[in-house]
Amino acid sequence: MAGFVLKRLGLGLITLWLLSLLVFFAGQVLPGDPARAILGPLAAPSAVAALARQLGTNQPVIDQYGTWVGHLLTGNLGTSYQYQAPIAPLLGKALGNSLELALVAFVMVVPIGILGGVIAALNVGRRVDRVISVFGLSATVIPEVVSGIVLILVFGLWLNVLPIQAAWPPGAGLGTQIYHLIMPAIPLALILFGYIQQMARAGTVEALASDYARTATLKGLPRGVMIRRHILRNSLLPTITVIATQTGYLIGGLVLVETLFHYQGIGTLIYNAATSKDFPMLEAGVLVIGAAYMVATLAADMLYTLLNPRLRLRGVE
Amino acid sequence: MSTTASPPAPGETQATAADALTLSGVDISYRVRRADQRIVRDVSFRVARGESFGLVGESGCGKSTIALAVVRYLARNGRVSAGRIEIDGRDVLSLDRADLRRLRARTVSMVYQEPGRALNPSILVGRQVAEVYEIAGAPRSEALDRAREILARVRISDPDGVMRRYPHQLSGGMLQRVVIAMALAAEPSLLILDEPTTALDATVEADVLDLILGLRAEFGTSLLFISHNLAVIAKMCDRVGVLYAGELVEEGPASAVFGDPRHPYTVGLLRSIPRRDGGARAPLQTIPGSLPTPGSVAAGCVFAARCGLAQERCRAETPAVHRIEDGCGERGSRCHFSEQAQSLPIHSIVAPDSARIADRAEPLIRARSVSKTFQASGQRVRGLHQVDLEIAAGETVGLVGESGSGKTTLARVLMGLTAPDPGAEVTLDGRPLAPLAGARTAADQKALQIVFQNPDSALNRRHSVRRLISRSLAKLGGYRGEALQARLQALAESVRLPERYLPMRPSQLSGGLKQRVAIARAFAGDPQIVVCDEPTSALDVSVQAAILNLLTDLQHRERVAYLFISHDLGVVRYLADRIVVLYLGRVMEIGPAQSVLDGPHHPYTEALLSAVPTLDDSDRERIRLEGEIPSAADPPAGCPFHTRCPRRIGEICDTTEPEMRVQAPGHEIRCHIPVDDLRRLQSAGGGAPSASAGR
Amino acid sequence: MSIEALPVESRAALSAGAGDLRRQFLRDLVHQKAFMIGATVLGFWVLAAIFGTLVVQDPLAQNLSAINQAPSASHLFGTDQLGRDVLARVIVGSRSILVTAPLATLIGTVLGTVVGLSMGYFRGIVDDILGRFVEAFLALPLVVTGIIGIVALGASDTTLIIVIGIVFTPLIARTVRAAVLVERDLDYVAAARLRGERSLYIMFVEILPNVLAPITVEFTVRLGYAVFTIVTLSFLGFGLQPPTPNWGYDISANVGAVTAGYWWEVLFAAVAVATLVIGVNMLASSIESALDAS
Ligand code: SF4
Ligand code: SF4
Repeated sequence: MAGFVLKRLGLGLITLWLLSLLVFFAGQVLPGDPARAILGPLAAPSAVAALARQLGTNQPVIDQYGTWVGHLLTGNLGTSYQYQAPIAPLLGKALGNSLELALVAFVMVVPIGILGGVIAALNVGRRVDRVISVFGLSATVIPEVVSGIVLILVFGLWLNVLPIQAAWPPGAGLGTQIYHLIMPAIPLALILFGYIQQMARAGTVEALASDYARTATLKGLPRGVMIRRHILRNSLLPTITVIATQTGYLIGGLVLVETLFHYQGIGTLIYNAATSKDFPMLEAGVLVIGAAYMVATLAADMLYTLLNPRLRLRGVE
Repeated sequence: MSTTASPPAPGETQATAADALTLSGVDISYRVRRADQRIVRDVSFRVARGESFGLVGESGCGKSTIALAVVRYLARNGRVSAGRIEIDGRDVLSLDRADLRRLRARTVSMVYQEPGRALNPSILVGRQVAEVYEIAGAPRSEALDRAREILARVRISDPDGVMRRYPHQLSGGMLQRVVIAMALAAEPSLLILDEPTTALDATVEADVLDLILGLRAEFGTSLLFISHNLAVIAKMCDRVGVLYAGELVEEGPASAVFGDPRHPYTVGLLRSIPRRDGGARAPLQTIPGSLPTPGSVAAGCVFAARCGLAQERCRAETPAVHRIEDGCGERGSRCHFSEQAQSLPIHSIVAPDSARIADRAEPLIRARSVSKTFQASGQRVRGLHQVDLEIAAGETVGLVGESGSGKTTLARVLMGLTAPDPGAEVTLDGRPLAPLAGARTAADQKALQIVFQNPDSALNRRHSVRRLISRSLAKLGGYRGEALQARLQALAESVRLPERYLPMRPSQLSGGLKQRVAIARAFAGDPQIVVCDEPTSALDVSVQAAILNLLTDLQHRERVAYLFISHDLGVVRYLADRIVVLYLGRVMEIGPAQSVLDGPHHPYTEALLSAVPTLDDSDRERIRLEGEIPSAADPPAGCPFHTRCPRRIGEICDTTEPEMRVQAPGHEIRCHIPVDDLRRLQSAGGGAPSASAGR
Repeated sequence: MSIEALPVESRAALSAGAGDLRRQFLRDLVHQKAFMIGATVLGFWVLAAIFGTLVVQDPLAQNLSAINQAPSASHLFGTDQLGRDVLARVIVGSRSILVTAPLATLIGTVLGTVVGLSMGYFRGIVDDILGRFVEAFLALPLVVTGIIGIVALGASDTTLIIVIGIVFTPLIARTVRAAVLVERDLDYVAAARLRGERSLYIMFVEILPNVLAPITVEFTVRLGYAVFTIVTLSFLGFGLQPPTPNWGYDISANVGAVTAGYWWEVLFAAVAVATLVIGVNMLASSIESALDAS
């Protein structure tokens, strides 16, 4: 297990490094000069040159990259062009906000998604299955813009039961916070529902068709016991991995949802950084997202291994 | 003997309450693509209490479907569309949910082919066995105790150890014991075994079959035993039913049906099996044609299209079951002309002259000290260990061994699909061969070809037959244009592949036809040696016979050498000039076929020969191996066979690996026992000490 | 319904006599309700994109005296903040997306197939290196990668197509690789090597035809996601620039008006997006299940 984790961590670091290259050099392709971009077209060339020196953007690209990585390794994420402030605290706060929103979405969707998938699988081919599956399939492809707009119209405007602004009033308690986050969380949850539901359904259908399910049934086990004891554990294992790999998506969805509902999370941060060409911020944000994805998939794989005796005991025999 | 007898079919004769299982007039249909397909038609038979009834038939005959219908576990789109099924006198089809559950819990159990899949991968074996007792109402700790007992009763020497494991930690043979234990735990009155040993190796299969026989006597359970293997059925069953295309064509006592068959299909089936006394390569007989698709025979006899006795009447009128009164007990045959069945004309495509032309002057291919070590999950696995092999032009070398013996690895090394460990030396006609096929010369590539085990895997399913063969003709034979077309025709003809199949895709062909395409491809470049890697193991016996005939025929015409790999000694006996026996990647014995089979032979060869049930000698004294085939990752020290060897002579076997010893010219054995002692031991006729070395 | 449900033995018997496989596939396809619905919806939007301008009013014509009008007989879907006809903008808005989404998906599918084939066929070091890149791409959400790409290259339809094509490449490569890994262990590949075929021949002539099924499915599924991503990016302001009608952009331009009660300015475009993605998705899933059956 330790070896497995170490290997995965190593691979994860390589991936992060590639990611840093990718983002860094994408930034370099950009036409124009960051100092000029920050100071605007009317600034004096000498001021621009001074800022460029201060930012280090007058250095060769390789050196810039070296400096940047060096800073990263010491925990220094750099300074935002846009806010003229250190990135780390800004990013930290935004990340916290986003996590809260993501958590609300997850708590909403995981149980419902799994339940939906299992119910569909138990009724495979019947109407219940078709309704759930078609809904799930459609839910995954509808952009959050669309579902978000519809939600705003229906619950915010016409029924007027939910706030259309995600940002809660200062000093609001947890309950109020969650109340504000319900509507932004739904578009995210809808998309996740499809994934989780499909995976849980596929896993359960496969387990139901297995020889061991047949053995269990022919032993004379009542169907409920058979499903609980023999089906669910095997069928839901792959779902864990899916849930984890969807963190990546989830963050992507945050960009949209946070913009739509005016919420200060990592999504809006990245969006603003991109539109205002605030590269240090963009780069740092992307790396944080990459790292979050890596951690989530690693955690899921570990959980998967722990719950799966075939993998857990590999090498024992 | 009446030819006009009408129903009731044998099974319908008074379903007494004493019968463990009765089927009367059962039809089973599947709904496929919005249409009903009748897979099983009008099947009736009964299994008396304590009786062992065998259902035998080739793939697609519906035997597994019947088994699943009996326990009401048909797929959602399948249903019993007519007839009655009774277990212990109770109508299975009309049971409600709770009663069905009770029936499954107490009265009927089932064991099927893949033991590895029959158990839940994420639950401890002990819990799964104990569950049966919990269903019956035992508290948990008592259930575990009783699970331990039942595991001991299926002769598992360490029940506690087994119970603490997960299924993937046990070998196939051990798993099948566990599954059998689980099936017997509730002491059911009917046990259904669906190909229970087909996935197991010969020596393990023999052991499991013996176990089942023993347990049957002990528990008094009735058996419904399903298999494609006639010899296994003959060994295991009192009575037997022969299925063809969803119909029960013949039924009766096993000895009578196999000794004196009364249905042309049974007759043909029996004739197509290679026999020990069949003489040196007398052509096998085959059944022409192939299985009809379900529902395609609207009227008349299902077998009519392939039957050598078929007449007008057969195609017009569906035969009823004709009762046969020959003093052999209740038996019947679904044929208008059952009393003439044995006059079925002989159908054999070729009659190769049995004069063999193997000039042993100079070996064609020579492999020296071939080893192959794999790296598998951090462990070094010795796939092959210092194997030497020579094959002369025009001869057939049979390569025999169980799983893990390295026979396929050896084939892949020769072919250049797997590189051997450094130090190996493979030459063709005296020239060294590059280790990998890509680096070999075109001449070497065409000289050495292979027929794979599974044509579904070996033929590109997106290419037409014509394209499959043409490409090989172009690449290996160097044919172009007109010449290619001409050669294609000739080749298709020589493998007896009718021209109308050329535009088809492999999935539209039957298994036998697919294998013919694969053979045609191998012969496209006039090879000198063709490796046949279990070319018939995926085929039914009647088809196997035709393929074996074809291979012998081609050999005679093309003077090609074969390396014929098989786990089936019957087939190897039929084809091979010389035999090589592999165990755990080592050659245990090599020699002329006759001499290897007649002995004195290696103790392992002896066990293998003894393990295989044949129709000829059902009451031969048997040698049984206990224990598992050791893992190639951790082969035993000393003689690799010592953990299972029934003739082990002592310390020396555990510590020192024996050398190859010459028994007779060209016949070598790797064993510490001197040849004379072996001869004495083995001619003593089963004087083997009962195997107990399996710890 | 599915032949998979049959026991193996009967399945073999059935397929032995199966006639023309392609015709069977098409028959399976049109027998599915999902396919018919999906095809109808997609067909509608294709027609709208081609002939829409002939039917509706000018989507660019502003009428500042009739802004923010609720749906009525003269403007079935109402008018927007600039007094343009919403119906016209929704119908004509299908144009850009029906060009960009398929092109982007096509680029992604072709590149992804090549990359996936190479990874699966060569395995070893090729697989390891490309695999790291694929993994790096997968670690980032589509939208974020899209934003970075567009910021780097500048917003335009072409950029959108290229960026989405590249973003899809690793996703499709992963699927193709998995399918190729299964294929390359089959004996027909060994047989090809034994007759001295070159790697390129084996990859493209032997293996590729056998992995077309998952590639087809992947193409249709990705097409839906291309629509998804383009709408999202346009909404965020990274797509086609105004005044050309564009669903995503039109939604973002008018979303502020929602609180004032002008719901029609965004709702119809949103519904248009929803029908298109669901239609494409239904096509995808029906193609997948028909391919599974054959
Ligand atoms: S009924 Fe006719 S066709 Fe059928 S098996 Fe008998 S002889 Fe042959
Ligand atoms: S060497 Fe010993 S263990 Fe090996 S086969 Fe001979 S007798 Fe058996």
